[in-house]
Amino acid sequence: MTDFDSNRRQLLKGAAVAAGGAVAASRLAPEAQAAAQPASAATSAATAATAATATISVRLRVNGAEHQLMVDPRTTLLDALRERLHLTGTKKGCDQGQCGACTVIVDGRRSTSCLTLAVMQEGHDITTIEGLGTPNNLHPMQAAFIKHDGYQCGFCTPGQICSAVAMLDEVKKGGPSHVTADINAVLQPTDAEFRERMSGNLCRCGAYSNIQAAIAEVAGVRR
Amino acid sequence: MKSFTYERAATPADAAAAAARIPGARFVAGGTNLLDLMKLQIETPSHLIDVNDLALDRIDATPDGGLRLGALVRNADLAVDVRVRRDYGVLTRALLSGASGQLRNQATTAGNLLQRTRCPYFYDTNQPCNKRRPGSGCGAIGGFSRLHAIVGQSDACIATHPSDMAVAMRLLDAQVETIRPNGTSRIIPIADFYRLPGTTPNIDTNLEAGELITAVTLPRPVGGVHIYRKVRARASYAFALVSVAAIVQRDGTGRVALGGVAHKPWRVEAAERDMPRGAQALAAGLLAGARTTPDNAFKVPLVERTLAAVIADAKG
Repeated sequence: MTDFDSNRRQLLKGAAVAAGGAVAASRLAPEAQAAAQPASAATSAATAATAATATISVRLRVNGAEHQLMVDPRTTLLDALRERLHLTGTKKGCDQGQCGACTVIVDGRRSTSCLTLAVMQEGHDITTIEGLGTPNNLHPMQAAFIKHDGYQCGFCTPGQICSAVAMLDEVKKGGPSHVTADINAVLQPTDAEFRERMSGNLCRCGAYSNIQAAIAEVAGVRR
Repeated sequence: MKSFTYERAATPADAAAAAARIPGARFVAGGTNLLDLMKLQIETPSHLIDVNDLALDRIDATPDGGLRLGALVRNADLAVDVRVRRDYGVLTRALLSGASGQLRNQATTAGNLLQRTRCPYFYDTNQPCNKRRPGSGCGAIGGFSRLHAIVGQSDACIATHPSDMAVAMRLLDAQVETIRPNGTSRIIPIADFYRLPGTTPNIDTNLEAGELITAVTLPRPVGGVHIYRKVRARASYAFALVSVAAIVQRDGTGRVALGGVAHKPWRVEAAERDMPRGAQALAAGLLAGARTTPDNAFKVPLVERTLAAVIADAKG
């Protein structure tokens, strides 16, 4: 046995003891803190500890299936979909509502799933990209994205598709957008309308022109 | 995010009472601004009161010919309502110029009024900010201030209000209906709703602790040509550098409010007399006493030019 081996074994052994000690210390930490603080601070520390561990029961209806979950109230709908229901088609881009990668359809309306809590979504009907279509039974928007090559890396694509599907429903209802010339006239679906209405979905690969082509085809707009 | 407890309120009175009773409680409706700020630990509520179950999502005609907009009417629904489009076009235009399709589906009328500033120093918890942490100083003063206020600011804060909708509401003389924790309700004219930063930039509005907005009412329509013109760094989905909301009558008189220039939607009624004289006179009155930095001095001529464009648009 070389000196090196010996040292290495001792090092590993020592590290294991240190790690165990760290775990024990962190387990003891809340009590130790409480003991060192005045009564009022100790009470609020205890309250905070309780709040941190209190989970809430929530019933989510996703793609037609009911799921009963216990969640930390901090859980966003996005994290519940991905981490708890393992529906990883919905992507986490910025987690700030700026990129649109997390777009899902809630009660028929496109929404950023990163800016709503799972506990706020009980009683709502949530559709993710997995619920729009399957590889053998594509939604027309999915098929159009494939046909027109409406993606490069594909990360923003589920959000783009969910957004586009719900966006065309908004257009069908006839409401104006920022680029509509006359907000009281009958809406004309145009490329300019689709571009403005899709501004909440960013594509860092810059596949916008092909995304436009896919949307226009599904909308039945001649270009 | 800091941990918090959560409840769904059943009535507006319950929500207001709970907000006053529980220290650190906040209301949540759309969540599009609050949850973002909570993730960054700029907002750290200990308790969230979800108000989405309250039946405040209707748009109703009022006896005096106006509209009563429920606090929970989503921005997207408010923008496309046929009565709003017909009689309050400036409000539709302002709403449609803000945020994205997704966010407008989530954000509410009351929540939009209560947006916090988008000042980057407010957002960066490593920076001093009197709005986020009173007494810590202001990173924007002497910092990068391209986006900041040119009128109404103080030595404590030069942040701007980010809402487009609120500028139109100010123009329309909207009124904010609330319920207080003791169960009484009151009506706050929008002119008295927002505060200038002064020495307390941490307080954005004159709402009391626990006071819940239940509706926003619009007075009867005043006719005229309705215009909302927003100048920004991108064609869509960006906050205003400067915005102009205006209603111009056939004789050239009218009213005007500005966004992007102050801590609140900016309207100077006395200056509106000068609208028939043109953009230069109007801008001079609106921006009297303006204080600029080298970064944001461009906003003064930009306001005047945007007013000129709006007046020209109104003539058709």
